[in-house]
Amino acid sequence: MTNIYINGLGNVSPQKTTGNDGACPVATTGFLTNPISYETNQLKCIDPGYKDFIPAEMIRRMSRIIRMGVASAKLCLRDAVCILNQDEGTEITPQAIITGSGLGCIEDTEKFLASMIRNREEFLTPTSFIQSTHNTVAGQIALLLNCHGYNFTYVHRGISFESALIDAMTQLQLGEFSNVLVGGSDELTANSFAITSRFGLWKQKPIQSLDLLKDNNRGTIAGEGSSFFFLENQKHAQSYARFSGVSTFLKPASDVELRSKLYDFLESHGLKVGDISLLILGLNGDPQSDHIYHQLADSDFKDTLCGYYKHLCGEYHTSPAFAMWLGAMVIKNQVVPEVTMVKIRPQATGYEHVLIYNNFRGNNHSFILLSRP
Amino acid sequence: MSKRVYITGIGIICAIGNNVEETLQSLMAERSGIGEITLFDTIHRGVIPMAEVKLSNKALLEATGHPGQKNLTRTALLGMTAAKEALKNAGITDLHQYKTGLISATTVGGMDRSEVFFETFLADPRQGKMIDIVNHDCGDSTERIASHLGISDFVTTISTACSSSVNAIMAGSNLIKTGQLDRVVVGGTDSVTRFTLNGFNTLMILDKTGCHPFDENRAGLTLGEGAAFLVLESEDVVAKEHKPVLAEVSGYGNANDAFHQTASSPDGKGAFLAMSKAVAMSGLQPRDISYINVHGTGTQNNDLSEGTAIERLFGDHVPPFSSTKGYTGHTLGAAGAVEAVISILTLRHQVIFPNLNFSTPMKELRIKPVTIVDTGHAPYRPDDTGHMDTGPDDTGHMDTGPDDPGHMDTGPDDTGHMDTGPDNTGHMDTGPDDTGHMDTGHAPYLRHILSNSFGFGGNNSSIVLSKTIDQ
Repeated sequence: MTNIYINGLGNVSPQKTTGNDGACPVATTGFLTNPISYETNQLKCIDPGYKDFIPAEMIRRMSRIIRMGVASAKLCLRDAVCILNQDEGTEITPQAIITGSGLGCIEDTEKFLASMIRNREEFLTPTSFIQSTHNTVAGQIALLLNCHGYNFTYVHRGISFESALIDAMTQLQLGEFSNVLVGGSDELTANSFAITSRFGLWKQKPIQSLDLLKDNNRGTIAGEGSSFFFLENQKHAQSYARFSGVSTFLKPASDVELRSKLYDFLESHGLKVGDISLLILGLNGDPQSDHIYHQLADSDFKDTLCGYYKHLCGEYHTSPAFAMWLGAMVIKNQVVPEVTMVKIRPQATGYEHVLIYNNFRGNNHSFILLSRP
Repeated sequence: MSKRVYITGIGIICAIGNNVEETLQSLMAERSGIGEITLFDTIHRGVIPMAEVKLSNKALLEATGHPGQKNLTRTALLGMTAAKEALKNAGITDLHQYKTGLISATTVGGMDRSEVFFETFLADPRQGKMIDIVNHDCGDSTERIASHLGISDFVTTISTACSSSVNAIMAGSNLIKTGQLDRVVVGGTDSVTRFTLNGFNTLMILDKTGCHPFDENRAGLTLGEGAAFLVLESEDVVAKEHKPVLAEVSGYGNANDAFHQTASSPDGKGAFLAMSKAVAMSGLQPRDISYINVHGTGTQNNDLSEGTAIERLFGDHVPPFSSTKGYTGHTLGAAGAVEAVISILTLRHQVIFPNLNFSTPMKELRIKPVTIVDTGHAPYRPDDTGHMDTGPDDTGHMDTGPDDPGHMDTGPDDTGHMDTGPDNTGHMDTGPDDTGHMDTGHAPYLRHILSNSFGFGGNNSSIVLSKTIDQ
């Protein structure tokens, strides 16, 4: 079995996750030391200063998801230069680029759709159409890096990022590549928020985002973000974590089936519940969907430190990518930020294995396992 | 790990047929599915042609056996139809016997309903039927197909523009090779929509007279719709179940052109890399490829770029090639799987389906596509690009297939393909020196087919599909 390591991170999110200027590794500085609470029911990403990553003439044409995607990918590769202990300014070109996105480039999609309808199919311009393609982020990263390697995009609802991870893991195991740039991106637009509000997905009134679990009303807070990872089949002194595995499945028939999938997953990695140092759960503040997470935290994992993250980034299809960033940072820094603990506990030592469990609207379930390198 | 990945079932629905048999009949008769737009209202009707599936949503829905279901998109309906046929063709009834997955590809997802929703929503954001928008995302059609087939072990969706469904075949093959799955249904589905029609129209790459792939006077592509799926199984399952094999997925490659978001590079770098990777993985040399089902959209840019890459890779030994988009139109996310199914029909029936609407060779290229039905009952010679002794009498290929002894006795030289390494994968029947099959009259000279699919975002993919000895 090939061992896979996380050797670079880039995370554009509603929190300060892009590191301090010039710091190395980029992403280990200020690990959620000053989390931001917003009064809202939709979280938007903090602009990381796109001109540091993308030529100015290109920024203008790019919709937000493309900017966020390209910036987080480039940040990740800069971080990798540091982790690989290479000379500053070295440009790493990955052998493969694999991305996931639940909805793809919806801003451009809406733009073209609206102009087609308003102009009754006449006088249309192509820019928003050509950028509406789901693989635009992966394609633009390849273009900017002049990367001719493997380039894939997965678009399967709440497991889009995990599907990309499975592909990355498969390719590294097959020995097709020695490194892969893998990430997940989704953007929130005014229209998509308005439409999904009508599904009853979101809190009806703004709340303090960091108090997400204290609000007992139906719904959660919408979010967005883009997180990339540089995976390699080589360990370095500064590697963040070992990427041990990922698994996805559709709606289990019962809680019993879910538990059996969970135990099978742990067993396939030679682990028991007691080996998990931190369980990161997809809790999103909707009492109905949180039920299963609380049940796991209060029974099987009652002695395990449990964490959560959607109060930091909101709910979106590829939010498990944010969770993987959090898990990798915990292992690298050997610290669990208090803001991410479901129940506050004193800081422990020796965070060996971090398990992430998320389910998207009860339908798409996934486990991601990270371990100390 | 399974070294080999076998195709044991195929299913298709496209403008020239609602299933594999109808599609084959249309291909044999050189019947195009391109015609006037009928499925939706548009100012382009009567101006720009399209290749529509000739069934309404209602008829498709009835055929699924769940006529009561109201919220299925056309993309889902097409996918359900083709995937079900593939599963049936593979003779699979028990989905729990082996670990089974589904990887579907789409570019438009539920856009056919989203554009109806948006029309009302734009006027008043409180309006628009939610049932028209809930199925917008690409994963929706995949989960509908999964539930229609009864697959739940592993389900995902790929969207890389026009190369999407070849990429689904690759991803599925890799999951079998690593033992994560024993069987996987792979393919793609896309319906025509006003969104894509108008989108491609802004790029001014829609031919008002229907596409003319690889013709000097080509003026763009013709949009089509459809779905196609393949059942892939590991060598263990095939051996254990004694399953008939339609073909082997012997090689594949994906590369990025990294040139422009929509245009291909003049030298076709991405195309060259994808084809080279695919041929290398199959353990073959370029000269071993018997036929190329080219991407051949009919746009100025694609055909020149692809043709240039082909000439670079194959040099003076470019195999016969044709684009089948003159029949099916460009089915976007489904195109790779549609053309994989057509390539399997080419292998099964030993016939190259000619490139329609071709008259003038491109001045930049030395090569030109096959334009006459090539039934292939003679050995392949590299210089002989599709002008075999066809003729009306030579149509015995129609009723061949696994039962046809003519295709079984491929001669003692051909044994060992199943159980030998990549070095011994069919250098038998290509090349002018290889005259051993001359006197058999039934030699399967079409042994290894390369199929190309290239998409926006510089996404270039190629696969090699091969005949195996048990065929």
